[in-house]
Amino acid sequence: MLKIEDLHVSLEAEDKEILKGVNLEVGPGTVHAIMGPNGSGKSTLSYVLSGKDGYRVTQGDATLDGDSLLEMEPEDRAAAGLFLAFQYPVEIPGVGNMTFLRTAVNAQRKARGEEEMSATEFLKKVREKAKALKIDAEMLKRPVNVGFSGGEKKRNEVLQMAMLEPRMCILDETDSGLDVDAMKLVADGVNALRSEGRGFLVITHYQRLLDHIKPDVVHIMANGRIIKSGGPELALEVENNGYADILAEVA
Amino acid sequence: MALENPRQTATEARLAALTVPQGGWTGPARQNALARLTKMGLPLRRDEYWSFTRPDSLMAPDVPVAKVFDTGEESHLFAARDRLRIVFVDGVFDAEASDELALDGIEIGLLSREANADIHWARDLYGVLETAGQDPVARPFAALNTAAATEGVLIRVTKTPSKPVSLVYYHASETSDAVMHHVVRVESGAELTLLENGPAAARFNKVTEVDVADGAKLHHVRAQGRDHDRRAVTHIFARLGRESVLKSFTMTANGRLTRNEVVVDLKGDDAVVHVAGACVGDGANVGEFHHDDTVFITHDAQGCESRQVFKKVLRNGATGVFQGKILVKAGAQKTDGYQKSQSLLLDGDSQFLAKPELEIYADDVACSHGSTSGAIDEGALFYLRARGVPHGEATDLLTLAFLGEAMDEIEDPDIAAELLARVEAWLARRR
Repeated sequence: MLKIEDLHVSLEAEDKEILKGVNLEVGPGTVHAIMGPNGSGKSTLSYVLSGKDGYRVTQGDATLDGDSLLEMEPEDRAAAGLFLAFQYPVEIPGVGNMTFLRTAVNAQRKARGEEEMSATEFLKKVREKAKALKIDAEMLKRPVNVGFSGGEKKRNEVLQMAMLEPRMCILDETDSGLDVDAMKLVADGVNALRSEGRGFLVITHYQRLLDHIKPDVVHIMANGRIIKSGGPELALEVENNGYADILAEVA
Repeated sequence: MALENPRQTATEARLAALTVPQGGWTGPARQNALARLTKMGLPLRRDEYWSFTRPDSLMAPDVPVAKVFDTGEESHLFAARDRLRIVFVDGVFDAEASDELALDGIEIGLLSREANADIHWARDLYGVLETAGQDPVARPFAALNTAAATEGVLIRVTKTPSKPVSLVYYHASETSDAVMHHVVRVESGAELTLLENGPAAARFNKVTEVDVADGAKLHHVRAQGRDHDRRAVTHIFARLGRESVLKSFTMTANGRLTRNEVVVDLKGDDAVVHVAGACVGDGANVGEFHHDDTVFITHDAQGCESRQVFKKVLRNGATGVFQGKILVKAGAQKTDGYQKSQSLLLDGDSQFLAKPELEIYADDVACSHGSTSGAIDEGALFYLRARGVPHGEATDLLTLAFLGEAMDEIEDPDIAAELLARVEAWLARRR
């Protein structure tokens, strides 16, 4: 499904290489986690995959079901089924959350040559998904993320994911800024989306989130590379011993 | 050899090409305006309030040619609304296209028909509010208008009418030079919605004098037409009585040059004035787009609220100007004054020039102003695109959101929706 091969990425503004040959393959129906210390390149990977400006790919490729993502516009990647849950969801004053959701849903449908979702069908679906995430009508009416608490913003990300039904979901530090209850709510939302055809790449600092969203594979990233991969037990090892041991082991 | 005085030369040249109607109840006001104009002279670029906008083409004796824009199949604004329609073509009343000038609760007359009478209720206002609005800042085009206006509506509202009065301005000749002067008085406790739309002429000079009596309300919404080539200089002079309300919103899309001045005098306690404008300009239409909002609000009573919200979207070398002033006189305690002017520059060629001013002589007031100029928020744009909204659509969505605060000043949600749809279409055509 998502295949990253020897991906090298530099910052556009300065000639600094952030990713130094990342290899990773996420198959349908699986959850992969990427852990790693600050500055290891985790968020850069998520941004490059979703098409954010400011990065230059110098080598390698990333494909979704065989199609290279790197040449596609961000909106085309989204329509192809890629979704990034932002670490810092953006506030958009003046654009209502509902308008935003409906515009996004229908833009993707249009791009895929599908019919637009009817207003009734859309409303029904939003209400159902929002209810599960404890997002009330008031939050749906407000401008996108404006005045939302950290937890509300992350729940809003999961709501978007639930509405857009992407095939490949990247969660960038979705646990940051969440208390235990909020994390559980968000994790439940993500788990509800787990299915045979859908892949997940969960980027996190801590093992906590992985207690709730159980990964199939855990990768450790450091200095722009994946230095170790393993099962869920790898996350526990990090939790108990920190990154130092693993870093020392591969050095 | 005497030194040439450029102001005098320009003023004389303009006056030579002007006809000032004689006699009737407007006669003295016109002569007075002529005398004032001769004294103050037409503006020069070096004048403080004309440093951002070139007045030349607005005062040239010969009207610069302006092509008439073909709106094609598009329905006219407000077409679906129940309203009293008064139509002008190049500043001339079109009786056939207009409704009968009769509506319960209001008196409607035309300047062209009634100016020859000896007495008229509008005599206390025609040129009077304009004169008051010349101090402390001279507004020569308004004096010129009072002197030379050939047409206008004279509306007196004694009881709230059942529908809005709608002034529709068509532009038909490439060299039309319309000078129109309206007088509107809303009597105590009454309400009026006044709609205006259309480009009016190749060059349009319009003055609207508005007297809102104690407890009266005037809702004013205007759209300045889609003609790319037209020029306009407009003034609203308003006087507000106790607990009265004036809400005035202006939508501007296109036009080569527009200068809209609004001068408001809050004379009665607890009066409320909101002046707002949304403007979208594309310098690529005819190689030039220049829009200037110049506002002067005087708080001369206690507990009044004034609010200015102006938003401009500029692209392809378009220029936006905002000059807004709040003057709080001594004794105007509990004043609540707010001013916001913002521009969204869609490219590096466009510019926004702002001069916000506060002058306060009372000590118990809340006044604020803010002026910003910026590009589309890249973070928001990426967020939308990452959710699948294409670049053009996402930019339009953010642009409409930017205009939202100004559009929200339109009281009637149906009118707001109609104008918003026009802006959406304008943006979509440029995607």
